[in-house]
Amino acid sequence: MSTTRFRLNGVATEIDADPDRVLLDILRGQLGLIGPHFGCGAGECGACHVIVGDHAVTACDTPLWSVADKEVITLEGLGSLERPHPLQRAFIAEQAMQCGYCVPGIMMSAAALLKQNPKPSETEVRHALDRNLCRCGSHNRIVRAVLRAAGELADDLASP
Amino acid sequence: MTAAAKLPVSLAANPRLSSWVRFAADGEVTLSPGKVEIGQGIVTALAQIAADELDVDIARVKMVRASTSASPNEGVTSGSLSIQHSGRAIRQACAEIRQLFLTAASDRLGVDPAALAISDGTISGPGNVRTSYWELADEVSLDRDATPLAAPKSVTQRALAGHSVQRVDIPDKVFAHPRFIHDTALPGMLHGRVLRPDISRAKLADLKEDGARAVPGLVAIVRDGSFSGVVCETERSADTALGALRKGATWSEGEALPDENDLAAFLKAQPVESTVIDTRTATKAGAKARTVRRQYTRPYIAHASIAPSCAMAQWSGDRVRVWTHSQGVYLLRADLALVLKLPADNITVEHMEGAGCYGHNAADDVALDAVLLARAAGGRPVRVQWSRADEMTHTPFGAAMAIEIEADLDAQNEIVGWRHSIWSNGHAARPGRASQPALLAAFELEQPFPRMISANPPQANGGGGDRNSIPLYDFPSWTIESHRLLTMPVRTSALRTLGAQGNVFAIESFLDEIAIERGEDPVAFRLRHLTDERAKDVIRAAARRANWKPAPKSGIGHGIGFARYKNTGAYCAVVAEIEGEEDIRVRKLWVAVDVGEAINPDGVTNQIEGGAIQATSWVLKERVRFDTARITSNSWTEYPILRFSEVPAVEVDVIQRPEADPVGAGEAAHGPVTAAIANAVFDCLGVRVRNLPITRDSLIAAMELS
Repeated sequence: MSTTRFRLNGVATEIDADPDRVLLDILRGQLGLIGPHFGCGAGECGACHVIVGDHAVTACDTPLWSVADKEVITLEGLGSLERPHPLQRAFIAEQAMQCGYCVPGIMMSAAALLKQNPKPSETEVRHALDRNLCRCGSHNRIVRAVLRAAGELADDLASP
Repeated sequence: MTAAAKLPVSLAANPRLSSWVRFAADGEVTLSPGKVEIGQGIVTALAQIAADELDVDIARVKMVRASTSASPNEGVTSGSLSIQHSGRAIRQACAEIRQLFLTAASDRLGVDPAALAISDGTISGPGNVRTSYWELADEVSLDRDATPLAAPKSVTQRALAGHSVQRVDIPDKVFAHPRFIHDTALPGMLHGRVLRPDISRAKLADLKEDGARAVPGLVAIVRDGSFSGVVCETERSADTALGALRKGATWSEGEALPDENDLAAFLKAQPVESTVIDTRTATKAGAKARTVRRQYTRPYIAHASIAPSCAMAQWSGDRVRVWTHSQGVYLLRADLALVLKLPADNITVEHMEGAGCYGHNAADDVALDAVLLARAAGGRPVRVQWSRADEMTHTPFGAAMAIEIEADLDAQNEIVGWRHSIWSNGHAARPGRASQPALLAAFELEQPFPRMISANPPQANGGGGDRNSIPLYDFPSWTIESHRLLTMPVRTSALRTLGAQGNVFAIESFLDEIAIERGEDPVAFRLRHLTDERAKDVIRAAARRANWKPAPKSGIGHGIGFARYKNTGAYCAVVAEIEGEEDIRVRKLWVAVDVGEAINPDGVTNQIEGGAIQATSWVLKERVRFDTARITSNSWTEYPILRFSEVPAVEVDVIQRPEADPVGAGEAAHGPVTAAIANAVFDCLGVRVRNLPITRDSLIAAMELS
């Protein structure tokens, strides 16, 4: 057992656990988060995406040690009902889901994209979300939501 | 006619008004439907209907999750029937409740009911007199049976139904507030895992438990015949213990699976129960010049929910409480009672949301798993979640189909006779409908229940393998026959549309072929053979949207498909634009749909878009894979689905018919989309692919045949 330190949704966090354990298990287990979802356990569906540093990663096959001293963001850290992230507003505005189980992972992929590329094209959005599976067929609404959020972020930056 | 006969079916079955609607003291209306949210937005549409009839703000309507402890029994949430069943019941019940309260208000205020108005639950009349549902709630007992006497609002009086509203469940889902069963933790909850063989239907011959016993956090190992599993303090220890248990397991030989590359031969060689579904005899027999025969197949298709199935169970003495994302809480309870040999009253089944299921997946199976494992948990709740591999291999699949159509053509290539035959396993083996259970673990116990062989619902309920096999076209004669397999080496049950996807693919492909052979435009050909104006309208609308038929362009093809789901539900026509060389890419789908009164038009659009995209995935990618011993498509790598970069643009035209009864939208698009893509492939490449999915391999095979 050893201690791993990282920042989780802006808060300094210490975990006493085998550093080889997968991040998703720590987040959902010890830390009690529900943003990242278990979908496949093999890094194939993206339901568990969280942001580590600037990138969306599959928490289900990311070892705990690899996030040491890094910034980890889950859906819980993206925004809140009181202070929603533009993506959260946009997903509501576009009604961008059916069941929504894949949505937390997709929103984290999208948030990572917007961090790196605040003005993505539709093709860039689709490319960025290609590692996320959606079974209900909400893809086009989701793409529209991400583009809407990007537009809103651009407006925020443009306004004084 | 008796009064009860005029009530909507769900209300006739559950007439007590208080079982549907209550007024809570704090200004809320609690609405308790028997149908459940599976990502289709039903709870929002039902809240709209109730808010409209009662004249309350939709924000006041609190939706109660279905539970056998209180909810009306509305059977299963399936078949695109929730708006028809629950929606009509709620509209009628709320209309009556509104009347009851107006009468009570009239008594209290001394004002004629006709002079009263209701605004957001406040009932007011001339002279500024007012009361409210909540003030009167103690005086108006809803513990009374519904009557068909109250008249729901007319179309023009409705303020909410027919207008798009935002879904009530979406904010929770974007702000990581718990909504899914997967995200729910009960106090003292343990975690269970069930051991299942890779080899199809292998029996557990021996189980060495030492390895699993050594895992820290193990609470119990459960074994009953070939059913075995572990209960642990944490999910992680349960996974570890399951791995150890797997190492200690010895399995018997299983049962052979068919040849995945010759499904038609397999399906046609099995013992079957044959049923003539429909016949039409020509008043005047046309002169047959020749007969053309075509065979179409579709493979087994996985529900492949994005979330592995999950359930929780907790025993207290001989009573058990179950939390499930099943589509039918009462039906699941009936099967649990059969397996446990307990009175149904000892079992409470509550719904919690899961991911989209698209039919009968493992939701019910995992509930029995949890119940069996929880017996060893000393009264603590046990949560069981399947693995991805189990979700892809042990759930029932949508049944493979072989469909043969023979058309008799006269000298002008007009259709004078039509014979449509289907070979397929049954498309329904849902729980709660038979004297034996349909749950996986029940087949694995030391005293096993017989494996249920899937059946087909009767045509009156939409049919199963034969769903949408009766043509909507005015052919002078036909015979439609269904051959349901009496063996079932691959477990099948309800997948979205049941047999409709296969039948519509076959009919609409063949029609296209005949039209083109006649040199007739496929849209004109269809319109000429239809009499139902609503059918014609969706075809015209889709064609108009797509500028049918766009000028030929190399590498691009266009095709059309049409159906009325179940022949009684939503009308849907689709034009597909594809791009094709070695691989097929669907670029765009223009969809026109008529669901009668669309309660939440954006909800309808969402369902149609989703159905269209899912169908595109089925057509281009999906096929359950197996060798002779095991299902091999056990991951997303082995069972790929359409990705963001592959998804077509989808344009949906909802034809509003507020005067027509509302019907569901969830399954309307699959058949027409499938056919439209196949027809577009022919338009583009001159190749008829008659075996789904349409992949590089099936294209090459079809080219070799032609």
